[in-house]
Amino acid sequence: MGTSSTHHNGLLRFTTAGSVDDGKSTLIGRLLYDSKSIFEDQLEAVEEASKHKGLEVADLSLLTDGLRAEREQGITIDVAYRYFATPKRKFIIADTPGHIQYTRNMVTGASTADLAIILIDARNGLVEQTHRHSFIASLLGLNHLVVCVNKMDLVDYNEATFHEIVSQFKSFSSRLDIKDITFIPISALKGDNVVESSKNLPWFGGSSLLHHLENVHVGADRNMQDCRFPVQYVIRPQTNENRDFRGYAGRIASGVFKKGDAVVALPSGRETVIESILLGEEEMEIAFPPLSVVMTLQDDIDLSRGEMLVRKNNQPKMTTELDAKICWLDSRSLNPSSRLIVRHLSQEVQAKISEVLYRININTLHRDEECREIGMNDIARVKIKTASPILADPYRTNRTTGAFILVDPSTHATVAAGVIG
Amino acid sequence: MINNDTYNLDHLAELEAESIYVIREVAAQFDRPVILFSGGKDSIVVTHIAAKAFAPAKIPMPLVHIDTGHNFPETLEFRDGLVNRLGANLIVGSVQKTIDDGKVREETGHNASRNKLQTTTLIDTIDENKFDACIGGARRDEEKARAKERFFSHRDDFSQWDPKNQRPELWNLFNGMHAPEEHFRVFPLNNWTELDVWNYILRENIQLPSLYYAHKRECVRRDGQILANSTYLNLREEETPEMMKVRFRTLGDLTITGAFESDADTIESIIDEVATTRITERGGRMDDKRGYSAMEDRKKEGYF
Repeated sequence: MGTSSTHHNGLLRFTTAGSVDDGKSTLIGRLLYDSKSIFEDQLEAVEEASKHKGLEVADLSLLTDGLRAEREQGITIDVAYRYFATPKRKFIIADTPGHIQYTRNMVTGASTADLAIILIDARNGLVEQTHRHSFIASLLGLNHLVVCVNKMDLVDYNEATFHEIVSQFKSFSSRLDIKDITFIPISALKGDNVVESSKNLPWFGGSSLLHHLENVHVGADRNMQDCRFPVQYVIRPQTNENRDFRGYAGRIASGVFKKGDAVVALPSGRETVIESILLGEEEMEIAFPPLSVVMTLQDDIDLSRGEMLVRKNNQPKMTTELDAKICWLDSRSLNPSSRLIVRHLSQEVQAKISEVLYRININTLHRDEECREIGMNDIARVKIKTASPILADPYRTNRTTGAFILVDPSTHATVAAGVIG
Repeated sequence: MINNDTYNLDHLAELEAESIYVIREVAAQFDRPVILFSGGKDSIVVTHIAAKAFAPAKIPMPLVHIDTGHNFPETLEFRDGLVNRLGANLIVGSVQKTIDDGKVREETGHNASRNKLQTTTLIDTIDENKFDACIGGARRDEEKARAKERFFSHRDDFSQWDPKNQRPELWNLFNGMHAPEEHFRVFPLNNWTELDVWNYILRENIQLPSLYYAHKRECVRRDGQILANSTYLNLREEETPEMMKVRFRTLGDLTITGAFESDADTIESIIDEVATTRITERGGRMDDKRGYSAMEDRKKEGYF
């Protein structure tokens, strides 16, 4: 675990997706165990529970399948978050189940991830789920994919088997929009190439999975060009010493802001200059994503939540028409006539889906233009009309200003996730 | 640490930015939000981050403390000092009053505690004051039932948590819409680990109750645990209190919070100890040992 407070490569958020038997739990168990993130009392509790179920060895999936319903059914039904750290980096795993009916969980897990691990059983090669997981990673804008060909021990660590799967995957992934794909042969059960490079795979010249996760560079994925500062909350102390203070609190969505920068407030279009940038009591010269800061402005222009500070020559689109891909999350299917709410950045606006263009078959990536009915776990291209304008960028260039959710105002449920463009 | 040349944040700076964002989102989306303040290190860190989130203004929501009546005196003293420094508003829900009102009955026996009773007091306090969001210091790494917890966790009008029917939570888009009688529990520290919390306390120089540091205290050994002796602890015949040098990793009630023998009396030495320890933080909590799903069951009922 390391006592240093600074894991110098910072934080990596990744998602794992896999089918029921492809060894995902074993892989996560091993990463947690080998990085000493499993504690004695957790292991003891799992051993006791395993014994109670009449099992001879500890069932490590009990560590990751947290809820009673899941333990009873023996499957993972929701996204679970796991944490481990090495001296180099801190990791957050969004552990998502692989059943077809849980596409929505995969989308949820991928929405905050920098990288996805795709597990392929070396005996079976690519299956439907491989396509689905990879497509979702691409849809959610992940730039890094690690394809782990697992259970290499069951194919005698055969090099040709690995290369056959790699070439199958490459011919499929050429249709996806993912920049960096790494292939690693592993055996999660035996520990080959998970933490240490394996002697059983001498023909493999690459690094182990953990070594790759520790060193993969994700900093460049953040958009540092397009300055976007959505106002989340207005701070007005109204105390004697801060009588006239008016600060705009928010999290930098993208771009680099400096004290003294000329900025434009949207949607008003009023121009001003950043007077100061604050984090707590501390003044900063510069702020960039994902920092949460407070900005004060030279002019009193009265911004409020939902508005945005940007640069004059680089502005998002102000629009009431969104072209988007959505993943439907709710058990009730889309009713095209119902009113919805778009939650985008710190804005909530009334909206409705004006047109369903096509549904995407996520196993074949084919467009199904005949079927316009959208149910849970479906992914579709739609047009959305909003009652007032939102300030949006294409998701491809901006994962913060290009994302939204749809909320049903009658049930308050989050019914869909959407990406613009 | 924030590196202005490479535009990099270390993981603590990134976690802090996320927590500030979550707390501000609560202030923006809800009418009557509060911070649940237990006096433990996690709620102290939440309060510290809230102060940073709204500076130079005061935290725009009250702190709520559910007082079991079995608190360590050090915890209460610390609470009052902090509330004073922040100029915050404190609301106290009293378990003793819930018992006196006849709504719950005190547990009996040697392992009697008020831990379960405080759920009723908490729910009553939420109902009476019509709180619509309660920010807590819980973290996903604490316990297996918490690994799936959302940042914005919906509770129905009976304050129940339905783990199988949680709202999906994507990106940083938190959906706080709710019916009038419902409320949310919000967990800004979800992505922190125990070690992150300690390292942050060190970096930010956050003051903590003295109980977290090794000190001499009269204790009793029970079922492999060390409990602080107090008037609230029902001693068994064979138990004799002895002086030990101990510290606490979590602060619950006097009756259930296990102490650890330790010499760690600075934050740095505590971090070394936490980093090498092989027992989870809640390993010292009698309340979690009441069955494999103890935490999940209490959470469903409306526990913290």
